[in-house]
Amino acid sequence: MPKTDGSATPTDATMPPPEQLVRFTHGERLTHRTTAGIVLLLTATGLVLYVPSLALIVGRRPLVEAIHVAAGLLLPVPALLALLSPEYRHDLAALNRFQPHDWAWLRRHDRREARLPIGKFNPGQKLAAAAFGAAGAVLFGTGIMLLLPTQLHLSNNLREGATLSHDITTFALLALLIGHLWLAYTHPEARRALRSGNMPYRYAAREYPGWTREQIAIRGRKSK
Amino acid sequence: MRTSDPPDGAPIGRRVFLGLVAAGATVVVAGDPLTRALNRLQTTLATHDPTGLSALIPGGGWRYYTVTSGFPSVARADYRLHIGGLVARPLTLTLDDLADRPRTRLIRDFQCVTGWRVPDVHWAGVTLAPLLHEAGVHPSAAAVQFRSFDGVYTESLTLPQALRSDVLVADTFGAGPVPREHGGPVRMLVAPMYGYKSCKWLSEVRLVPRLTGGYWERYGYAQDGWVGHSNGRDDAPT
Repeated sequence: MPKTDGSATPTDATMPPPEQLVRFTHGERLTHRTTAGIVLLLTATGLVLYVPSLALIVGRRPLVEAIHVAAGLLLPVPALLALLSPEYRHDLAALNRFQPHDWAWLRRHDRREARLPIGKFNPGQKLAAAAFGAAGAVLFGTGIMLLLPTQLHLSNNLREGATLSHDITTFALLALLIGHLWLAYTHPEARRALRSGNMPYRYAAREYPGWTREQIAIRGRKSK
Repeated sequence: MRTSDPPDGAPIGRRVFLGLVAAGATVVVAGDPLTRALNRLQTTLATHDPTGLSALIPGGGWRYYTVTSGFPSVARADYRLHIGGLVARPLTLTLDDLADRPRTRLIRDFQCVTGWRVPDVHWAGVTLAPLLHEAGVHPSAAAVQFRSFDGVYTESLTLPQALRSDVLVADTFGAGPVPREHGGPVRMLVAPMYGYKSCKWLSEVRLVPRLTGGYWERYGYAQDGWVGHSNGRDDAPT
């Protein structure tokens, strides 16, 4: 952004807001996309293994099982690789921390109009991220137990428990995923941000005012 | 992309994450009583559920196993059950042959060695003992081997076990024929033993001089798979 003549420091007046804010890096988008692909594969193969009528239609159980296991083992890989990226680590930290305006957002019915200084993620997204992460961890752990019950010397009770935990977590995750897809469907700007990396300024200013101010301030410092 | 300083505030995300992981681990540890409770719930719901969706409740109801790459099938008209080996008169039976013989009904809980249990399953078919008598068991026979037309699965019982009145060549499940996923058109039902002892997609019953084990016995499952007294389990007998 060019420096405006006659102004020692950039001000709101001299720095028109940009059309788009950079929201996700290429690496973050790739992480989301590969994880989504793996989850889709896991869901499809898992349903075939779990729902009898689908199992009858598809057959080929060992193949379906092998794909499910391979995809399951790959599940944590994109997120773990992404930890190498400082932007991803920063987003994780932002998802982790709850600030007073986050609690207010959860409490208030007029959260959209209240102009709360929501940061990069709203608390709903923060809770969803924690739940997605936990579901992934539980499914991975119980999946390993179901894969290697003999090698791990698991008792029958633990095998049974792992099966049940894997099933219940799957149902919870599917409910969460349906909500996730619904919100993506009803928020095209947010959806596009995960495809292009950019989010329209006007949308960001409405949904994430705290983050938007921060981004503008950074741009200001950068162009100083 | 430029980033700002890390945000402060309580680490709620981490707490939610750890709390949910702990909940998942609790289900693993408390799996046995929870599975039993869900089985009861599923059974209660299933009696008022025409959609069959209650069968999808985690932990409840049947799970379907096959050791091959699918669920084998055979046309009902082409089905044959062979009874052979150490017998005087080998038998080859069609579905009609089975239907014409004296029928036995059994209502028993079905208990899987992996923990799930389906209460009060209605089975019908022909008790194995009279079929064996009809074939004429040779005195040198000491065990019975069951083969599945999936080409892989086998099971076996001692002769005295095979002659029990609760060991059934089942062709009826509930109100109709045994469905394909349940091992139809004909399967064994060894009612007092864990599910793996009941060979699905039954094609051959063979009298042999000594016990031969079976598919799961090779992986360490008990030969004498009595419910509640084998495989390190203490389920209520079926």
